[in-house]
Amino acid sequence: MSLLEVKDLKIHYGGIQAVRGIDLKVEEGELVCLIGANGAGKSSTLKGIVGLLPHGGQVHYAGASLKGRPTHAIAAAGLALVPEGRGIFARLTVAENLAMGAYLRRDAAAVRGDGERIYETFPRLAERRGQLAGLLSGGEQQMLAIGRALMGRPRLLLLDEPSMGLAPLMVQKIYETIQAVAREGMTILLVEQNAHLALQVSSRGYVMESGAITLAGPSAELAADPQVRAAYLGE
Amino acid sequence: MDIFVQQLINGLVLGSIYALVALGYTMVYGILELINFAHGEVTMIGAMVALAVIGALMGVAPDLPGIVIVLGGVLVAVPVCMLLGFGIERLAYRPLRNAPRLAPLITAIGLSIVLQNVAMLIWGRQYIAFPPLLPQGSHEVLGAHISTLQLFIVALSVLVMLGLWFVVQKTRLGRAMRATAQSREVAALMGVNVNSVIATTFVIGSALAALAGVMVSAYYGLAHYYMGFLLGLKAFSAAVLGGIGNIAGAMLGGLLLGVIEALGAGYIGDLTGGFLGSNYQDVFAFFILILVLVFRPSGLLGERVASRA
Repeated sequence: MSLLEVKDLKIHYGGIQAVRGIDLKVEEGELVCLIGANGAGKSSTLKGIVGLLPHGGQVHYAGASLKGRPTHAIAAAGLALVPEGRGIFARLTVAENLAMGAYLRRDAAAVRGDGERIYETFPRLAERRGQLAGLLSGGEQQMLAIGRALMGRPRLLLLDEPSMGLAPLMVQKIYETIQAVAREGMTILLVEQNAHLALQVSSRGYVMESGAITLAGPSAELAADPQVRAAYLGE
Repeated sequence: MDIFVQQLINGLVLGSIYALVALGYTMVYGILELINFAHGEVTMIGAMVALAVIGALMGVAPDLPGIVIVLGGVLVAVPVCMLLGFGIERLAYRPLRNAPRLAPLITAIGLSIVLQNVAMLIWGRQYIAFPPLLPQGSHEVLGAHISTLQLFIVALSVLVMLGLWFVVQKTRLGRAMRATAQSREVAALMGVNVNSVIATTFVIGSALAALAGVMVSAYYGLAHYYMGFLLGLKAFSAAVLGGIGNIAGAMLGGLLLGVIEALGAGYIGDLTGGFLGSNYQDVFAFFILILVLVFRPSGLLGERVASRA
């Protein structure tokens, strides 16, 4: 059984249908990407999965339906979404942001240990742990957002456009981290406009266009697909 | 000089009451961007309930020390108001959570009128006297007088505010409140039950309002079903003065407003050659509110609204 199974997911904004009945699956331990142009419905899909948007269709996680459950309960079930635009708490300090990631955990000692690991992974955050998160650069904020999500020890990590608006060097650093987290066994669903990067790090992928999935398969095959190359890889 | 010190003391006493009420406005605004106009009425209900309990206790057990009787009133008024705050949020505001902003605002005004009328039906239109149960002593400070009651009001307010500051800045709940104020969506992603954080905010604000209601009625020696209106409006002005949504701002704004009002009342006669008297003291709060809105709309400690993340 898949860890995440989405069936016929439909999302409307007023009269506009952003997601038109898509199916997708993520197996335990996989890094799966969902690529597509801006406005294809990728972010809406993630928001639907975590209950931030009302939706039609089915979302099953670890065998149980998530439908109608509030976002905080879905988070408690082990799903962590790093939202588009990072969504850090600008007027909380770096350390407080990380503490928010561990909001549901009661094992204080282990939380401290995880915090130290995040700081080791991202020394920039360690230097700035007492600063307001709003003062961090975009890349540092992305590190913080990912670190904060990891603080909850999720079972499934949903990443929404982690490369957006970042300098190339920072994108590389973020992607190294994503791969490192995946190697440790984390299940990840990665949404990206940057198809090149996403297909490089993932094992499988879905291509989304105007609210529907148009192609799916192993990432290497997608990267070799002439349509994908023309539309998303700029060749 | 004596007048100055005296009015400064009076202003600080009044200001610490304003600050307690202003905190309730600012915390709710911080999270929901809603001006809870019914908050002043919660203060009034606090005073009325406390007085009702005090009256009953005096009838049943007249030998109890006055301070114990007042404490009994407070101990009933605070939970009643907490329940009221919880109910207000649950019944009047939560169903409108995703409605256009005008809807909850109008609801707030309507609710405030409803609460006033309910209080009038229960307790009548007349002023209710606060019985002289509290110690009447007075102390001399720099040529001015400060009564035991005044000392007590300031001390209790400061203690409560320190406690609130600790909760908001240092506890898990406070962190969740601050996170929810910045983004309800992201807070929910962290596993925060946003609805219960919002309800808790109303409950805490209402507890502070109940305390303030008892204090203000003890201070002026009376309570009235309409008392929440002006008090609420002034506390709201104080919250705006300090920067609405900002907790330290509400504390500062409350104290400042109290002091400005008291000094204004003390000197307005001299300044206008006797043309205006101290009965114009209420004007100051709103004069200040207008000045702040013109010259610094974000308030003394408030951030520019555009800088909200």
